[in-house]
Formats: sequence, structure tokens, C-alpha cells
Amino acid sequence: MPVTVKIPTQLRAATGGEAELEVSGTTVGEVLDAVFEAHDGLRDRITQDGDLRRFVNVYVSGEDIRFQEGLATQINDGAEVTILPAVAGG
Amino acid sequence: MAIENLKCKECGATYDLGAHFACENCFGPLEVAYDHSQLDPAETKRKIQAGSQGIWRYADFLPFEGRPGDPLEPGLTPLLRADRLAERLGLDAELWIKNDAANPTHSFKDRVVAVAVAKAQELGFDTVACASTGNLANAVAAHAAAAGLKSYVFVPANLEEQKLLATGIYGTNLVGVRGNYDDVNRLCTQLAETRPWAFVNVNLRPYYAEGSKTLAYETAEQLGWELPDRVVCPIASGSLFTKVGRGFQEWLDLGLVEGQLPVFNGAQAEGCSPVATAFAEGWDVCKPQRPETIAKSLAIGDPADGPYAVEHARRTNGAIDSVSDAEIRDGISLLAETTGIFTETAGGVTIGVLKKLAERGEINAGERVVVYITGEGLKTLDATRDRFRMHEIDPALASFEAEFRQEVTV
Repeated sequence: MPVTVKIPTQLRAATGGEAELEVSGTTVGEVLDAVFEAHDGLRDRITQDGDLRRFVNVYVSGEDIRFQEGLATQINDGAEVTILPAVAGG
Repeated sequence: MAIENLKCKECGATYDLGAHFACENCFGPLEVAYDHSQLDPAETKRKIQAGSQGIWRYADFLPFEGRPGDPLEPGLTPLLRADRLAERLGLDAELWIKNDAANPTHSFKDRVVAVAVAKAQELGFDTVACASTGNLANAVAAHAAAAGLKSYVFVPANLEEQKLLATGIYGTNLVGVRGNYDDVNRLCTQLAETRPWAFVNVNLRPYYAEGSKTLAYETAEQLGWELPDRVVCPIASGSLFTKVGRGFQEWLDLGLVEGQLPVFNGAQAEGCSPVATAFAEGWDVCKPQRPETIAKSLAIGDPADGPYAVEHARRTNGAIDSVSDAEIRDGISLLAETTGIFTETAGGVTIGVLKKLAERGEINAGERVVVYITGEGLKTLDATRDRFRMHEIDPALASFEAEFRQEVTV
């Protein structure tokens, strides 16, 4: 199903400046794979050895996927996936 | 001068000294890199001693060319011997309390905000902002007011009333978000992408975090240019914990002090203990938690510097412990009754962990221990209700004597 993925400023050099991508997938993992297919430069920036890097946070409709099923988290119709740096706050 | 660039702590990539906080290659945190090789230790020491009565005496170790104009200079807070507390804990140690509630807005956050607001002005921002658990909100609102900047302060809407009052009074835009701190932090990370504002702990975080090093410098200077053997320090994001370590390390590297890094003991509340859990489990990442604790100033479920705090505790042969809400309340009372210092819940966490270390026999005879008290008890009054009873009497001698049933001796 169609999903909007929000790309943070730090990664926009790899998307040609695009802040939002429209891809499809039924889980966060599938959605990210689709994103990497469109913009290969993002894969190594976001993941390492198949897992998310330790300072990358991913949210589905505002909810951190680590409170859900991680990369296996299901995507509902109209959901928004947001990628953000984890190094803010405190 | 010696400020070089911003450097990624993960992959080492470098960036210019602008408003950036995360690496474009790996999302790692950026940190200010310095070259102190031109500093002469003896001359640096003299310069510090002749400096201002606050954090800017350490300007050579902060990310500025010279001393910025800071009308609300924090720092040089008291370092006090706590012999009665040591005795109550059965410790034969040299115990010190660094009382950082004695800052302009009554917490250590004045240090980091003074640095961030000065950097915001240098970079040309006219508005500062933050995501806060309360103390930071107080500090950003106050320092923005003092500097004549606009401010937006985002907090969880259910924060302690005292912390809301001590923020709004400065004329800031106080925004209560219906969510926990991690929700507030996510929102601010998103806002920082579109608003032309200096979020002190988002896009200015590399500079902001440097302010915490001044706690280490002051400790060493107040101990007569010596290091403690051990420090006990609260952990929320983990930034203070790791930056105090960096401060000591910089002075060791420069030869301003001798010896080795102290043992670092971190303190968290059981109801929000992602860093203590990662330490106990041997993880190199922190699994986020949903905070449920009275120590709201430490209630960060997804701590940005958590992995570094774990590494730092391990490297110094330290540990990270957590205590219950009941132990937090007991810790507040214990500190107040033995030192005359009234701390907020975060201080109760720190004293609770100190007590645990004492009970486990981890603190050796003669050890010099510094405990960081980072905030003020008047900001978390709910935590201290029902700890004592007031004696209410009529304005008559008989009423007093009846209440206390004192024997009259002549």
C-alpha cells in the first residue's frame, strides 16, 4: 500500500533534496527497502549489517517502532513513516 | 584559538561550526573538536584563576573565541564537605556535594544554556527553543529573557507546577505537549527542520553539551587542582555524565591535573532506567522505555547519549544503578537532614544510588567522592509532601508545653 516517508534534512543530499518519498510496502522493512531501491545512497546511512544504525529512529504515525515490532511493524493505509536522528534532547 | 570543527563521534566525519547536530553519513552525534596543544598549563591555570566568577573562567575550553557577553553567568557553585552524610552512610570516605542548584535558575541546565544561547547569538538566531523535562525550560526562558531573545519552550503538559511557573514567568512561549518527554523531543526535532530557531538541545546540541564540562573543571579547581577518585552523577540523556568525563580528560591531557579519570557511577530512577538496564545487560544500545517515575527531570525513555554513558561507566570501572520512587524520597530527606541541601527528585536519585554503593561496600576507606546535585527541591514539592508533620499550637506557653510535653528544669 502507498506510504509517505519523511526524510530528515541530514539525508536529503541522498534524495536529491526531496523531503518526502512516496513508496509502497506492508511493513517498515519493506518500506525502507523500497526507499533504498529509489535512493541507494540511503541504505548505508540508515542501516548497518541489515539493522537500523544505533542513532536512527523510525516512527510510524508518530510511534517509535521499537515499541512495536521493529522492522516487522505493520503499515496501515495512509500511515506516515518518519526517519529522524536519535541524538537530540536531554 | 583552538576550536577546530564539529566531528562525528561515530565515524569521525567533520562539519563546519554551524547549527548541525547529526552526521549525514551515519546519524552519529556531532561534538566540538579542539586543539589545545598551544595551551601552556601554568599560564592557563593563572588565566582561569584571574577569570570571571562563573563558567566563563573556562572560556579556553568552550566553543568560542574569547568570552561571550552573558548577562546571567552561571557556575562556581559550592563544593561542600558532607561528613555527616558520610557518617550516616557508614562511609570512611572524603565525601563532597557539588550543589549545582545554586545556579541562576537553580539547576545545572544554566551551564549548558549559557553556552547554547551565546552560540545562538553568535550564529545570528533571534529565537531560541528547547525540548525540556523542566529544568531546561526554566533556564532557556530565563537566559533568553536576559539576552533579549524570543523563546519557545516545549515540555510535557503534565510537568510539576513549580517548573511550569518558573518558566512562564520569564515571558516565554510555554508549550505544554500532551505526551511524554520523548514525544516532545521528536516534535522538536521535526520543528527544528522547518523553523529558523536555535533549539538548544537539537540543532545547537553539540555546543550546548559542552557547558556540562564546566562542572568537571570547577570540581577539579575547587579540590585544589586535583581529581576525585569517584563521582556519582544522575543520568537522563547521558550527556552530563559523559561530558563531565570529557572535562576531566581534557585537563588530564593538558597536564592541568594529574592521575586518572575517576570511577563514574551513574544514577537513574527505576521507573525510567534505559541506561542502567543497558549497562546491566551488557548492551551497546539502550532499549527505549515509557517513563513512570517521580523523577521527571530524568524521565527520558530514549536517551540520546545512552550508549556513550554505558561505555563511559564501563571504561572507568564504574556502574549505573537505579532506585525506586521510595528510595528517591528517602534520598531527598537524607541529604537535607545531613547537609542542609534541599534537592529535587533527581538529587534524590543520586543520593539513593550513593546509599546503594555504600551498602554494597563499593566505596573504599579514604576515597574522595564527589556527588553531583543538579537541581533544587523547591521545584518538586509533591515528592516531599507527607515526609513530616507540622506541630500546630495556640500562641500560649501551655499549648507549646502540651504539644511537646517538655519537662521544665530550672
